[in-house]
Amino acid sequence: MNVITDHLSEFGHGLLLTAELTLLSLAGALVAGTVVASMRVSPVRVLRAAGMAYVEVLQNVPLLVWLVLAVFGLPEIGLMTGLFTTSVVVISLYQGAYTAEAVRSGINAVPAGQGEAARALGLTFTQSLRLVVLPQGLRTVVQPLGNIAIMTLMNTAMAAAVGVVELTAAANRVNLAEATPIWIFVTAGLAYMALSGLFGLVTGALERKWAILR
Amino acid sequence: MIEVRGLHKRFGGHTALRDVDLDVARGEVVVVIGPSGSGKSTLCRCLNRLETPDAGTVRIDGEELPEEGRALARLRADVGMVFQSFNLFQHKTVLQNLTLAPTRVRGLPRDEAERDARELLGRVGIGTQADKLPAQLSGGQQQRAAIARALAMRPKAMLFDEPTSALDPEMVGEVLDVMTDLARDGMTMVVVTHEMGFARQVADRVVFMADGEVVETGTPSAFFDSPATDRARDFLAKVLSH
Repeated sequence: MNVITDHLSEFGHGLLLTAELTLLSLAGALVAGTVVASMRVSPVRVLRAAGMAYVEVLQNVPLLVWLVLAVFGLPEIGLMTGLFTTSVVVISLYQGAYTAEAVRSGINAVPAGQGEAARALGLTFTQSLRLVVLPQGLRTVVQPLGNIAIMTLMNTAMAAAVGVVELTAAANRVNLAEATPIWIFVTAGLAYMALSGLFGLVTGALERKWAILR
Repeated sequence: MIEVRGLHKRFGGHTALRDVDLDVARGEVVVVIGPSGSGKSTLCRCLNRLETPDAGTVRIDGEELPEEGRALARLRADVGMVFQSFNLFQHKTVLQNLTLAPTRVRGLPRDEAERDARELLGRVGIGTQADKLPAQLSGGQQQRAAIARALAMRPKAMLFDEPTSALDPEMVGEVLDVMTDLARDGMTMVVVTHEMGFARQVADRVVFMADGEVVETGTPSAFFDSPATDRARDFLAKVLSH
């Protein structure tokens, strides 16, 4: 157990960075996902096609490949961003594709009459989406969004591969010094489980709070 | 007020509307009746382009309905619509249902919109329900709220697409009463309905549709007492026999 207590600050820093990566990426994914889902249901064919292309391209290449591509590719085109920032952006965009599909299923679950009533009142398509359809659609997909949140948390470990010292990378570093992988990675695993348990609780609470009476 | 010329609408291989003409004068109440699948709901939905016609024109107040976009939204704002399934916004209170469009489309200040909304809710008899969610209201109350929501935009005309068909029988009357009052106040109305009593008493003109075509049109007394076509006679014999 000494290996853990001796390296508490490394674990702490790693955990903090993992939490930051997760929360920032989640916020980004929610924005990207909502925008892309809106494009996919829009009456404009070009927007629909662009939204679909986004989802297909992002989902069909592994996150690790995107991360490596961004870390080495962005400087080539003159964009010098830090490793943390690059990771947040890439994970946001990647998880955004999954979020978009969840949000789209939420939009499709809203009865068509809701949007028709909004448009019949003179709201534009964008207004009816933003004020009537999305608020209802998002509430019906709180649970799948919670799963995406957990998946985002797990995927932040990929950032270890491009030099961000989050929880997994921190554990790896401690292990290089101490060579007791079981204890060290069990500890890291428990920390991940604790965080995702927290997400589960928040998701459940939000779902109860936002349930729509029909 | 409303001028329809040569309206055609197909759903796949099925023709829902065939060369339909219709004129509704300002202040006139036109009731559209006919058997299920006769195209009357489709006609109603084409009047504010919730359904896009394949051919033909619809003019509201002299202005032809444009394709999608802001211009269409502006015209729709002037034409209220009431649906069979109410379609109140489920995540908003009754009051918020009424104030959403006036504040977002007309740019009315919130307090003014709320004052108007409360007055309208009082007028349709559900003033005490303002802060409830739609799902907490009865069907009749929901439909009256939906009528008030449409009226909150101060429309030039109102479209009713089978407004009482989803209601329990004991709630039909309260909704028809609100519509009758509205007609008496001089509102231009197009009403698709199966309520023959309402058609007879409130309509200025009855339009009878079958198989996507306007078969017959006339005053309620002429139509109900001496229908000119076999189709109409056959239909009336079925709906009025019991």
